[in-house]
Amino acid sequence: MNIKSSRRDFLKGSLATGAMLVIGLNSDGVFAAGTADATLNPFVKISGDGNLTVILKHIEMGQGTSTGLTTLVAEELDVEWDKVKTEFAPADVGKYANLMMGMQGTGGSTSIANSYLQYRKAGAAARDVLVRAAASKWGISPSEVTIENGRLKAGNKSAHFGEVIAEAAKLTPPAEPILKKNSDFKLIGNRKIHRKDHISKTNGTAIFALDVKIPGMVYAVILHKPQFGAKLKNFDASEAKSIKGFIDAKALPTNEGVAIYANSTWNALKARDAITADWDLSAAEMRSSDQMFNDASALLDNPTYAVRGDRETVRKANMEAAQKLEVEFRLPFLAHAPMEPQNCVIEPTKTGVIVHDGCQMPTLVQQMVADILGLKTENVLVNTVYAGGSFGRRANPTSDYVTEAAMAFSLLGGKTPVKLVWSREDDIHAGYFRPLAVHKVSVGLDNQGAIVGWDHRIASKSIMKGTFLEAMAVQNGIDNSSTEGCADTGYEIPDMSVGLSDFITPVTALWWRSVGHSVTGIVMEVTMDMAAKAAGEDPVDFRLKLLPGNTPAQKRMANVLKMAADKADWKKPLPAGWGRGIAVHESFGSFVAEVVEISTNGDDIKIERVVCVVDCGLIINPDVVTAQIESGVGYGLGAAMRNQISFTDGVIDQSNFPDYEPLRIADIGKIDVYQVKSDEAPSGIGEPGVPPSGPALINAIADATGKRVTYLPLSENGISFV
Amino acid sequence: MNYKININGTTKEVDVEPGTPLLWVIRDALDLTGTKFGCGVASCGACTVHVDGNPVRSCQTFIEDVGDQDVITIEGVNGKVANEVQKAWQQLDVVQCGYCQSGQIMSAIGLLSETPNPTDQDIDDYMSGNACRCATYQRIRAAIHLASKNLEG
Repeated sequence: MNIKSSRRDFLKGSLATGAMLVIGLNSDGVFAAGTADATLNPFVKISGDGNLTVILKHIEMGQGTSTGLTTLVAEELDVEWDKVKTEFAPADVGKYANLMMGMQGTGGSTSIANSYLQYRKAGAAARDVLVRAAASKWGISPSEVTIENGRLKAGNKSAHFGEVIAEAAKLTPPAEPILKKNSDFKLIGNRKIHRKDHISKTNGTAIFALDVKIPGMVYAVILHKPQFGAKLKNFDASEAKSIKGFIDAKALPTNEGVAIYANSTWNALKARDAITADWDLSAAEMRSSDQMFNDASALLDNPTYAVRGDRETVRKANMEAAQKLEVEFRLPFLAHAPMEPQNCVIEPTKTGVIVHDGCQMPTLVQQMVADILGLKTENVLVNTVYAGGSFGRRANPTSDYVTEAAMAFSLLGGKTPVKLVWSREDDIHAGYFRPLAVHKVSVGLDNQGAIVGWDHRIASKSIMKGTFLEAMAVQNGIDNSSTEGCADTGYEIPDMSVGLSDFITPVTALWWRSVGHSVTGIVMEVTMDMAAKAAGEDPVDFRLKLLPGNTPAQKRMANVLKMAADKADWKKPLPAGWGRGIAVHESFGSFVAEVVEISTNGDDIKIERVVCVVDCGLIINPDVVTAQIESGVGYGLGAAMRNQISFTDGVIDQSNFPDYEPLRIADIGKIDVYQVKSDEAPSGIGEPGVPPSGPALINAIADATGKRVTYLPLSENGISFV
Repeated sequence: MNYKININGTTKEVDVEPGTPLLWVIRDALDLTGTKFGCGVASCGACTVHVDGNPVRSCQTFIEDVGDQDVITIEGVNGKVANEVQKAWQQLDVVQCGYCQSGQIMSAIGLLSETPNPTDQDIDDYMSGNACRCATYQRIRAAIHLASKNLEG
């Protein structure tokens, strides 16, 4: 990274000199036009040479949002796609809030859903003032001016945007700019436009936080606590002093670790290996995984919270049922393990600091760092760069790795730039896992095979309790992220009760790609498969009976299910030893059905093909949607196959990829993705591919082998993958 | 300690300790950041570079073992195979978060240099050491086939 120029550009920000047209929201929240120094929060910038830059309020962590948001603006402006540039927005909640979160942040698969109209309006407002400025320059009516390939045209007159920006900046766009008709879209829905980052990420020039280097910067790593709840008593760095490049070691004020400084990443890592520490384990988690699962399971005798239905009525119905199904599911803690281990750089400025980060929640990070360093929030600037994956991990309520960096920066005197780097071992050990969950489901079926009662009990660690999100996400003690996808299922189940107990542990919990749905998708869809088998019915037909189309959601869910069965030749016999499984789930407003096809050779299983159908409303970038489903499928399958964070006497058993083995290329065959054409509002795409993948695989294994797995991962059940 | 290193066609001098992984020499001492750190134990392939034309995991290659061999990173890789691989990656929009892709591309160049017409099985065998948490594997396979086809034609 050419730090000097990038820093200059960053600090310059919207104060860039030179001719510039800026389209942004004014203090009344209305799109307005202005010059570079106008007090607007820019969404669109047009420079004197006519070039367009779209300001991205959302981070790019692979999910394609930089392409999606840019498409929305470029569509309304009819510009040449390849020429549009992008820039990440600074931290400013008043200006760049996620409209579905009320804070600046990327998550919950909301980037396109909350930006769809906002970014189109920004583009349309820019178009309005550019067209009127050109009309005035040429002395004609605005209705005579068109835009083609980024040029304003009227008859034989033609101008690039830069030629009219001075005039355009003086105009006021209408409060509700006129948007294109869907039938006029050229970019929205166009499969052929490329991702905005497809070149920089193939030649090594894309900049991630780990690539940021500031003159005079020192490197810091953290010796983390060995167990959750442990506190540092003391440490001994005497051995580290012989390591060349070692600078210092200091206890974090939280007593949760030791910051170790050196002149390079490697020397810092070596110094860490040479440091020993004593820990107070009196409040630490000391249990092993089996004990934790048993403890969670025991909570289900009497669930703390009644989430849905009356349990006694359902139990009574089940007692009288012709057939009864009792299943317990045990799902382990999971690490997110993004490819880029967590890291960031804190750089001092005259009045505060710049945080260089693949930042998922800029205004939270800004506040956290300001609090630690005793700075005014406006003096903490956030330079958002590409994030090497996240899957939820970079957004956490304590901004853990950023606050560590801020503490390390402060402990060193607050004058020296500090880069904090986590190793993969830190990432696997540092917590904020998808929480362990135990579900117990009792389903009663009548003698026709119809469900008469569904009693569902959940024990899981609450993600939201004790965080700043509690007030929003927890009602009557019930953390929605423990029950979503279950208590609000789209299936029409006549009598359903859902109970919840909070499993308590100092192990920290976090949203993991698709959050509660990553658990409930598995539990609901595997149980559904077992119920279909008990009823002696085809799994697709059985599900469709529970999706009679009484609500729009049921219609969409049934539609993707039927399409997936059709595309996967569901009824066509498979070769001997093969099997297939299906699952359908709604999450983040989108509906996804998946069919997994496997072949078997003894206990060895090979995933041959995955067929997916997605309905995520109106599609902005079809190829990005396909890519996100492919990605979600891989993420969900890999975890179900062999991932777990397990504990022995409170210590995590895994440490790096060799024992937290990610999905590999040889693990996965063809993934066919089909999309439902829809004019519904765009909904999520980064996460909804995950929930159906695990259960579809589990159901396929049951189909091929008769073996029904409900304790994950599959690899702990004598199943291996080839 | 000072070492001479042939990197991307030029000879540079670096001051690092013996035992320093080539990865950190490349990233911290030479400021070439296209090569990524993913695991440090040669288990993910994000740090893949070419040493005398062969893909190696730079996190487990030590500076004193490099000697006068030619080290090529994503920033310096060129030639027909490299160009076609990068073009195929762009044409099929393989990347998502992109963090592992320098390593994927360096491995793919190695594969196609050895095996110009790989089967799916060849690709799976050769590329299995390169992890992608975004699971872009289907497109990686397709891009390698595309590059192979374009190299023939």
